[in-house]
Amino acid sequence: MKLHEQSLASLKAGLEQGDFSSRQLTQHFLERIRSLDPRLNSFITVTADAALAAADAADAARARGEAGPLCGLPLAHKDIFCTRGVRTSCGSRMLDNFTSPYDATVVARMAAAGAVMLGKTNMDEFAMGSSNETSYYGPVRNPWDQDRVPGGSSGGSAAAVAAGLAPAATGTDTGGSIRQPAALNGITGLKPTYGRVSRLGMVAFASSLDQAGPMARSAADCALLLEAMAGHDPGDSTSVDRPVDDCQTGLDRSLEGLTVGLPEEFFPQNLDPRIAEVTREAVRELEKQGARVVDISLPTMKYSVPAYYVIAPAEASSNLARFDGVRYGYRCEHPENLTDLYERSRSGGFGDEVQRRILVGTWALSHGYYDAYYLRAQRVRRLIRDDFARAFEKVDVIMGPTTPETAFPLGAKSGDPVNMYMADVFTIAVNLAGLPALSMPAGQLDGLPAGVQVIGNYFDEARILNVAHRYQQATDWHRRSPDTGGEA
Amino acid sequence: MNWEAVIGLEVHVQLNTRSKIFSGSSTAVGAEPNSQASLLDLGMPGTLPVLNREAVNKAVRLGLAIDARISRRCVFERKNYFYPDLPKGYQTSQLAEPIILGGEISLNLEDGSEKTVRLHHAHLEEDAGKSLHEDFHGMTGIDLNRAGTPLIEVVSEPDMHSAAEAVAFARKLHAIVTSLDICDGDMSQGSMRFDVNVSIRPRGEQTLGTRTETKNLNSFRFMEMAIHREIERQIEVVEGGGEVVQETRLFNGETGQARTMRIKEEADDYRYFPCPDLLPVVIEEADIEALRTDMPELPDARRERFAQQYGLSDYDAGLLSGERATAAYFEAVVAECGDAKQAANWINGELAARLNAGEIGIKDSPVNSASLARIIERVADGTISSKIAKQVFEACWQGEGSPDEVIESRGLKQMSDSGELERIVDQVIADNPDQVAGYRAADEKKQKKMFGFFVGQVMKQTGGKANPREVNRLLGEKLDG
Repeated sequence: MKLHEQSLASLKAGLEQGDFSSRQLTQHFLERIRSLDPRLNSFITVTADAALAAADAADAARARGEAGPLCGLPLAHKDIFCTRGVRTSCGSRMLDNFTSPYDATVVARMAAAGAVMLGKTNMDEFAMGSSNETSYYGPVRNPWDQDRVPGGSSGGSAAAVAAGLAPAATGTDTGGSIRQPAALNGITGLKPTYGRVSRLGMVAFASSLDQAGPMARSAADCALLLEAMAGHDPGDSTSVDRPVDDCQTGLDRSLEGLTVGLPEEFFPQNLDPRIAEVTREAVRELEKQGARVVDISLPTMKYSVPAYYVIAPAEASSNLARFDGVRYGYRCEHPENLTDLYERSRSGGFGDEVQRRILVGTWALSHGYYDAYYLRAQRVRRLIRDDFARAFEKVDVIMGPTTPETAFPLGAKSGDPVNMYMADVFTIAVNLAGLPALSMPAGQLDGLPAGVQVIGNYFDEARILNVAHRYQQATDWHRRSPDTGGEA
Repeated sequence: MNWEAVIGLEVHVQLNTRSKIFSGSSTAVGAEPNSQASLLDLGMPGTLPVLNREAVNKAVRLGLAIDARISRRCVFERKNYFYPDLPKGYQTSQLAEPIILGGEISLNLEDGSEKTVRLHHAHLEEDAGKSLHEDFHGMTGIDLNRAGTPLIEVVSEPDMHSAAEAVAFARKLHAIVTSLDICDGDMSQGSMRFDVNVSIRPRGEQTLGTRTETKNLNSFRFMEMAIHREIERQIEVVEGGGEVVQETRLFNGETGQARTMRIKEEADDYRYFPCPDLLPVVIEEADIEALRTDMPELPDARRERFAQQYGLSDYDAGLLSGERATAAYFEAVVAECGDAKQAANWINGELAARLNAGEIGIKDSPVNSASLARIIERVADGTISSKIAKQVFEACWQGEGSPDEVIESRGLKQMSDSGELERIVDQVIADNPDQVAGYRAADEKKQKKMFGFFVGQVMKQTGGKANPREVNRLLGEKLDG
């Protein structure tokens, strides 16, 4: 099998057996990026020289017998993670000229485990978007159909993995930004429990919802990556001080006795029946392996999108206040006074969607509206959490479609924000509750991948990875790759 | 009309933790601009706050000292506004659930009366940086060394009715926070800053008038001036048929003038909401008890102890017990010289006058406690007279050396040697035959009056160094004998 179609586990074995070096592997992916990415646009920055140097260091470490768990494995970081000495743009003109002076905890941990960074992937501006069309660096194209979106906001990471430009990538998920693009690109993506992975060094969008996670070709690869990313960070007060479960050894555990909940809210009347069928088919496979399926209900889930579009913009309006043209980032030319500096730097540095959310969030927090919007949204959030808590008294995992449809054409929704927001209708409730959830490829409609979501209880990442892995052992949707035409 | 002023204070007290409230940067003052600003203090993308628990402990100590309710759970919120020295675009502060609720502070006013001022609450927050408007050719420099320094903002009820009461409150709070060692009390460095809310109403009226807020006063004197001016201004406005406008004012201590900073109509909307990067702070009963058992002596208790233990007047005890540094200085002097009364006289008299004139804190006094004790001892053992002692103090203040060195080098030792003194007495008697004759002819009553003349002459001859008792004895012998 070609190097770029192999799982991390198999590349890791190849490195261990000396079939190839990290330098060779890294060169292979850099070459694929060079030939294919001008069209896909999945990377904002490619760090080729640093990648080769890191690969050589990894090869040397392996020769000394000091190979870490990710030693020599290339991967890409979403451009929302601060990377020391490398541009960290967050997909925005605002940070186009910003070089981070420090590494995010996620970046540092993966580097310490031996990973080789290929570059920084494209994304919706400040992670605000579901199609990657809000990026200052232009949209990413879906490798399955280049006239379609890859989803977002981690669309660059998802497209890069699907097209074999990187064996794995990091993403962040505030309302579905790992799972939705994973589904639209036919890869596996995991959003861990809120607090499982440090947020330090991740440019903040909505702090109470943001969570970093792995995106890769399989659940097993996600398990390997999660163990390197996760864990308590004293530098993030919301990171949880609790040991990281061993996610890898339990992957093969039998599903005998597993209870799967199917919430009726994931199968609304107007849902494309083919999308519903993809999930039902996946659930039938699990039943074959001994799982039991029960119908459940999450009655307040229908309020998740409106609650999210109050809370996330409210936090964003405050988190993005630091981008003021004073200390770093985009600054307008010849400001006449302070107000002019603020207005023109922020109007010029932020794109339309970011400005829209800042306005919405500012309004939701304003005197006279705070109780009606922000506080009410927080109450809805508690109700949603309670819904899930009740469900998890009866079931081990909850399943449903990741998205209501497959990848849509570029430009199809960019003029209609509310229609765009509905792309996350099945993913947002999980962020509001802070639960872990994974999306895995489970079918195709008209040649486009469709994803199924597996939601677990708090800190039950090992369980959902186990379920996804058992599914992937019995199916091959995750092994399918788009035709990229390249022969590298 | 007879007007009553109503005054409330908001006091920003800088907590003297070693590092900032949410980052590990040092809080020391005086460093190169931006050399004590971490990535968080600079507002870099992706940075996160981690609470310095010591700031919480110091706030709890204040709560215990003022008999307030200490919240078992308090919440940091973001106060959102744009300003160049506010690097994150919001100040992390507290609003709905502050760390301290209620409490009170008792004042001993100059007329001898007592008064209690209630507190509304006190909350923890981070300080902003500084905008430097000079030296940048029309541009503004930003120094973020101060950004993130922990503050506790103490908010009083509008219980004060004169500038004197407000200053007494401010001084008492200063005494409490320095006694607790939660603030260095250095006003010149902005360690305490006052916002003053003032309104007026006809005496006897219960409802409050429209108030103004004068911001950022950093000395007791400026505060007193600003309040006086503002009360006068409001009376003038109202008696002239106008209305007081709700506004924020700035007072310039150099010119004694205040001006409008902004009118409240452009109502500030800070869009407070709980900071999602910080968990609610939980304060356990056991933590509070541990801090309670470790409380230092507070000004009121110390005042009582000084009066009893050292037999000081209420007035002296009050002056010496207020500031921890003054109290410590006093007790050090007493420990060395054993004379509390003299120590009190010196510290409240000569020393206080010199310190005030030079705006120097007692910790930085050029005459330290050991030197002052030595001066008091040298008077007591007759080495110098109390009049010469003032000269010695002055020389020590000027840095001429220790008291003993000054006495030695300036030759200020009292002349107690009867041989030399006797010669001078004889000379004075010989030089003033008329006065001697007059004295001898006079009755006892008149003699008493005339005796002083001879003492004065001897003192003049000896440059004040003669031991007065010895002079009296010798003159008495020679004149009466």
